Amino acid sequence: MKDLQGFYEKDKLLNFYRQMYLLRNFEEVAANMYLKGKIGGFTHLYIGQEATGVGAIAALFDKDYVVSAYREHGHALAKGISAKAVMAELFGKQTGCSGGMGGSMHLFDKNVNFMGGYAIVGGSIPIAVGIGFAINYREEELVCACFFGDGAINEGAFNEGLNMAKLYNLPILFICENNLYGMGTGVVRASSVSEIYKRACGFNMPSKAINGMDVIEVYEEILLAVKAIRRGGGPHFIEARTYRFKPHSMADPDRYRTISEIEMWRERDPIEYFSRRLTEQGIADADELKQIKESVEVEVQEAVEFAEQSPEPEWTHLKELVYSE
Amino acid sequence: MDAFKRISLFGIVTMAELTYREALNQALREEMRRDSRVFIIGEEVAYYQGTYKVTQNLLAEFGEQRVVDTPIAEEGIVGTAIGAAMTGLRPVAELMTVNFSLLAMDMIVNHAAKIRLMFNAQVDVPMVIRMPQSAGNQLGAQHSQLFEAYFMHCPGLRVVLPATPADAKGLLKTAIRDNNPVIFLENQSLYSIKGDVPAGEYLLPLGKANVIREGEEITLISYSKMVHECLAAAEELAKDNISAEVIDLRCLNPLDKKTIFDSVKKTRFAIVVNEAWYTGSAGAEIASLINENCFEYLDAPVKRISAYDIPMPYNKNLEQAVLPHKDDIEKVAKRLLMGEELWLKR
Repeated sequence: MKDLQGFYEKDKLLNFYRQMYLLRNFEEVAANMYLKGKIGGFTHLYIGQEATGVGAIAALFDKDYVVSAYREHGHALAKGISAKAVMAELFGKQTGCSGGMGGSMHLFDKNVNFMGGYAIVGGSIPIAVGIGFAINYREEELVCACFFGDGAINEGAFNEGLNMAKLYNLPILFICENNLYGMGTGVVRASSVSEIYKRACGFNMPSKAINGMDVIEVYEEILLAVKAIRRGGGPHFIEARTYRFKPHSMADPDRYRTISEIEMWRERDPIEYFSRRLTEQGIADADELKQIKESVEVEVQEAVEFAEQSPEPEWTHLKELVYSE
Repeated sequence: MDAFKRISLFGIVTMAELTYREALNQALREEMRRDSRVFIIGEEVAYYQGTYKVTQNLLAEFGEQRVVDTPIAEEGIVGTAIGAAMTGLRPVAELMTVNFSLLAMDMIVNHAAKIRLMFNAQVDVPMVIRMPQSAGNQLGAQHSQLFEAYFMHCPGLRVVLPATPADAKGLLKTAIRDNNPVIFLENQSLYSIKGDVPAGEYLLPLGKANVIREGEEITLISYSKMVHECLAAAEELAKDNISAEVIDLRCLNPLDKKTIFDSVKKTRFAIVVNEAWYTGSAGAEIASLINENCFEYLDAPVKRISAYDIPMPYNKNLEQAVLPHKDDIEKVAKRLLMGEELWLKR
């Protein structure tokens, strides 16, 4: 175990903890709201993968772009969209970050350069290439971080996108969150190469597998990759090995994994693991962490109240959205 | 008309005789000079100078950064254009032919057309996807297709199909300045046709049809290459003292319904012509709109002329037999005006 003391400001570490717990608690409450019928459609929870989203996005500049797929509540929150705006979007309300037009899978906020959740597997990859292209075109020193799951690597869009990103030396960080299952199909049953990071080596791209359950490892590895990209090093690829503790979506009966497998991964819970490190190394005591949890729970509860009380979007507004004048 | 100059209501407009291809090239060049955010991306657009030479010499003027060759990766090309458009650039993507657009259909339909509404208009997707389509060049089943109906069906897209060199320029310049994803369908068979093209700033609004020939007795409605077949048919009909009005729609989205309805209400007969397949075609949509909106004005059902519902055979004779021609239009027009009974007895 790395010694955190002396390497990190306490505030930064507690902020990692707070963010991870925000992502966790938000999803637990969202699941409840789904069961109460407040949230419609599919809802894909991020529970178990918090260290990857929080660690990776913490390593970016505020102005860097993030593109994600449909399991993106965590990325949106970590990038700085408020819990209120995300919850209101799940409720389909006018105050949601996509005005109630997108829902769980299509969160977006231009103010924080969160460039969207996309619900066609692999679809975010060519779009990230375009964002990277625009960054180079304007000669900016920004990075586009593109999140996708292990399912996306078998799509044509992955192949076309990675090839073009490398060909044009674009400032893109591809982050594959390998949670071992594309819906119900295990990686070993879907990819001829089970070590996903090796796929990117075929595009001559620096690539690495990391422990996606450790927020500090994720943060440090992504920081290194992003620094290399900003120095003109072109696209990099990170395979973050992680696990979703919940089914694929709220509609998934989850019959393709064993309880013992889920239990084994739950023992590596990224939040529990990090909180043990904080307390064992004397960085924070249990009371401090409890206080953080309570403040997060208040924030999420306020988000639910905000979403409940927010107005529905108007039909007249809808018609203005299809085309731009 | 003088090939180089003519007097318009607004003064002297300088005209030059250009091919459809040259008119497109001029539009691209002018827009790239005007706006540094405009760039071209596609297969063979730069060093090869364009598969159909539409992007000829643009690399020399604008450089590799703005005239971007790509691998053969249609989904990657369109996706790159979308991402760039969302972050403030104005891409003009070229797909080598419309047939390959099916490989990019996810990016076009699921992404480009959806992003504005899905994200509550926080971003626009100001991009053009140029691609040629047509049949009749003995290219076989996979290279002889017309897909405007697929794109017309999808809300969120604009669909533009110029028939003349002047329209090619005026519509492409407007398409590049439009803030929506525009599907710009050129016609392979028209690249070499010539016509007068206004020099410099020439913009045609999207969604304004052109009554390209005025007439009184029947309306022939079409777009792209079929406009020329309709004009030729109208010429033949005139020899029999039949006065046909020809409408060039120019755009299928937005669709200029008023021009269609006004003409049909005047002539009381209508034929819609498209080069694509019969079933589920753009012509079917237009015929249905006429029926819904002009039923009491019609003296006969709206007729549709199209290709047969057959994957294109290679053989030249069979290929021509599958496609619609001016003779078909002429024959159907006469049959419609004469009435079925008289036609059979003639």
